[in-house]
Amino acid sequence: MIRYIIRRLLALIPVLIIVALAIFTLMYFVPGDPATIALGDTADQATILAAREAMGLNRPYIVRLAEYLEKLFLHFDFGVSYTYGTVVGDELMNRFPHTLTLAICCTLFTVIFGIPLGVRSAVKAGKFEDEVTRFLTLLFSCMPGFWLALLLVLLFALKLKWFPSSGYKSAKYFVLPVLSNSLGSLAGITRQTRASMLEVIRSDYVVTARSKGLPERKVIYGHALPNALIPIVTNIGTRFGFMLGGTTITETIFSIPGIGSYMITSINSRDYNAVQGSIIYLAFMFSFMMLVVDCVYAFIDPRIKAQYTRKKRKAAE
Amino acid sequence: MAEVKNTTINTEIDIEALMAEEKRERKANRGKKPGSFLYICRRVWHTPTAMVGVGIIVIMYILSYSSPFICKFPFAKVDIMHKYALPGVAGHLLGCDELGRDILSRCLYGARYTMSIGIFSTAFTQVLAIPLGAIAGFFGGIVDTLIMRFLDVFQAFPQILLAIAIACVLGIGFNKIIIALGISGIAGSARMMRAQILSVREQEYVEAATSIGCSTPRIIAKHIVPNAISPLIITMAMGVAGAGLAASSLSFLGFGVQPPNPEWGNMLANARNYVRDYPHMVVIPGIFIMATVLSYNMIGDAVRDALDPRLKD
Repeated sequence: MIRYIIRRLLALIPVLIIVALAIFTLMYFVPGDPATIALGDTADQATILAAREAMGLNRPYIVRLAEYLEKLFLHFDFGVSYTYGTVVGDELMNRFPHTLTLAICCTLFTVIFGIPLGVRSAVKAGKFEDEVTRFLTLLFSCMPGFWLALLLVLLFALKLKWFPSSGYKSAKYFVLPVLSNSLGSLAGITRQTRASMLEVIRSDYVVTARSKGLPERKVIYGHALPNALIPIVTNIGTRFGFMLGGTTITETIFSIPGIGSYMITSINSRDYNAVQGSIIYLAFMFSFMMLVVDCVYAFIDPRIKAQYTRKKRKAAE
Repeated sequence: MAEVKNTTINTEIDIEALMAEEKRERKANRGKKPGSFLYICRRVWHTPTAMVGVGIIVIMYILSYSSPFICKFPFAKVDIMHKYALPGVAGHLLGCDELGRDILSRCLYGARYTMSIGIFSTAFTQVLAIPLGAIAGFFGGIVDTLIMRFLDVFQAFPQILLAIAIACVLGIGFNKIIIALGISGIAGSARMMRAQILSVREQEYVEAATSIGCSTPRIIAKHIVPNAISPLIITMAMGVAGAGLAASSLSFLGFGVQPPNPEWGNMLANARNYVRDYPHMVVIPGIFIMATVLSYNMIGDAVRDALDPRLKD
C-alpha cells in the first residue's frame, strides 16, 4: 500500500512539470507586457524598457522557462506578483486557510445531508418522499451556483438580515457561502447515492442479511451502503479537490480572500506570476486529492486493497 | 414439359414474395433495434419529461431568433424614463434594467448564446475526444501512453478553471468561449472512449473483421466506434447542460460574452449590484438559465434511459 502511494506521488512530478511548462508557455503568448503592468500605463518608454531589462523579460523564452522551472521545483519559489509586489508563494499560503475552511465545511455539509437523503430516497423508491427528493435535487443541480448565491444573499442577508452578506470574520459569515456552494453538490451526491444504492439494494447479500433477521437499519447502513460507496467517494473526492482549488464564484460573490478569488483578480490584471503560481498549486491539489480518493477506495473495498498488495507482491518477486 | 415450366414459375414467385416479406419486416423493425438512432429517438419521443424539455428548447430557440420582430421593445433600446421598472409596468412584462432596457426582450435574445454554446462546445469536445480516445485505446503501447499522459495534464484541473485559463489566453468572445469550454471537456470524454474501446477491441467481431482483411481505419470507424459509443452519447447529452451552465458562469465572471450583448450570465453579473433594491433583475435571468439547463438535463436523462436502461434511476 505504502509502495503504491509512493509510486503515485512520484508519478505526480512529471504531470506537474508538464503543467508548469504548459502554463508558462501559454502565458508567454498572452498579449500584454508585464513591465507595463507593473509600472502602470503612465510610465514612459525608457522606464519600461529599463524595467523589462531588470525583470529579465528580454532574455530568450527557453532561458526564462528554465529559470522558472528551476526556481519552482528546486526552491519552491513562485516568483513575485507584478501588480502587488508580494511573493506569490506567501500570498497563496495566506489565502489557503480560507479556502480550506470553506472546502471542508461544504464537503461535510454535503456528506452529512447528501448520503442519508440519497439512502432514504433509494429505500423509499417510487414513493412520494422519493419523488419529492428527486424533483428537488434535479432542480438544485440545474441552478447556476452564482444565481443561488445571489438569491440566498437576497433572502437571508438583505430581507431577513439573519446572516452577513460578505466577509469572513466569524462562523456566521460562512453560513451563506457554504450553503450556496454546497446545495448544488448536495443534489449531485444525493442523486448519485440513490442510484448506486438502488443497484445494490436488490443483491443477494442484502436479501440474506434481511432473512437472517437483522434490523432494517443495519441491513441498509451495514450491508448495502458500504457496497454502494465507491462511486459516491469518487464524486465527493472530485468535488473536494475542486473546492480546494478555490471556489472561484463563491469567493468572488462573498468577498472571501481565498485562492479562487486571487486567481480571478490576477487573471484580470494579467499578473503572470500569480496566475502561473495559482494554477500550478491548483493542479497539485487536484491531483493530490485524486490520489487520496484512490487510497480511500482501499479502505472501503477489501478487493481493491488486495489489488494494491498483489501489485506489491508482484513487484517484489 | 408443362409441369417443369410450372415449378420454375412457382420458385420465382416464392423468391419475390420472400424478398417482399423481408423488406416489409425490415421496415416494420426499423427503429426497434436497441441502440440504433431511430430507437433512441422513439424512446425519447415516448418520455413525457423529455418532450417537455424538447418543447421548451424549441420554443426558446424560435422566440430567441424571432425576438427582434415580435418584441415590443428592442433588446438594446435604452428607455431612461422606465429604468428599474418592475415587471408589468408600462408594458414591460418582466420589467427593465438599470438603463431601462426591456428584460424580457434581453432574456429572449440572450437565449441564443447560452443554448448554442452548450451544443457547439460539446460537439467540439467530441470531435476531438472520440478520435483521440479511439486511437489511444486501439493502438495501445507508446501512442496510448503519450496521449494519456498528455490528457492527464488537462485532467489536473477542474473543468471550469481550465476553461477560464484557456479563455484568458485566447481572449474573450463567443467563439473563443466555445473553444475554451470544448477543450476543457476533452480529457474526460477521451478517457471514457478509450476505456470503451479497450473492452470492445477483444470482441469476436473485431477479430472477424481483421481476418477478412479490413483496413485499420475501417475497423475503428465501422466496427469499434459504433459499438463503443453509447456511454459517450450519454455524456454528450448531459454535457450540453453542463456546458450551458459553465458558459453562464464564465460570462458571470467576465470571461464570456461581453456586456452590451445580453447574455444571461453577464446580465446577472450586472444585476448583482442592484440586488438590494431591484431583485427582479436578478431573479428573472436566473430562471431562464435554470429552465434551459433543466430541459437539456431532462432530454439527457431520457437518452440515457433509452441507451442503457440499467442506469435508470
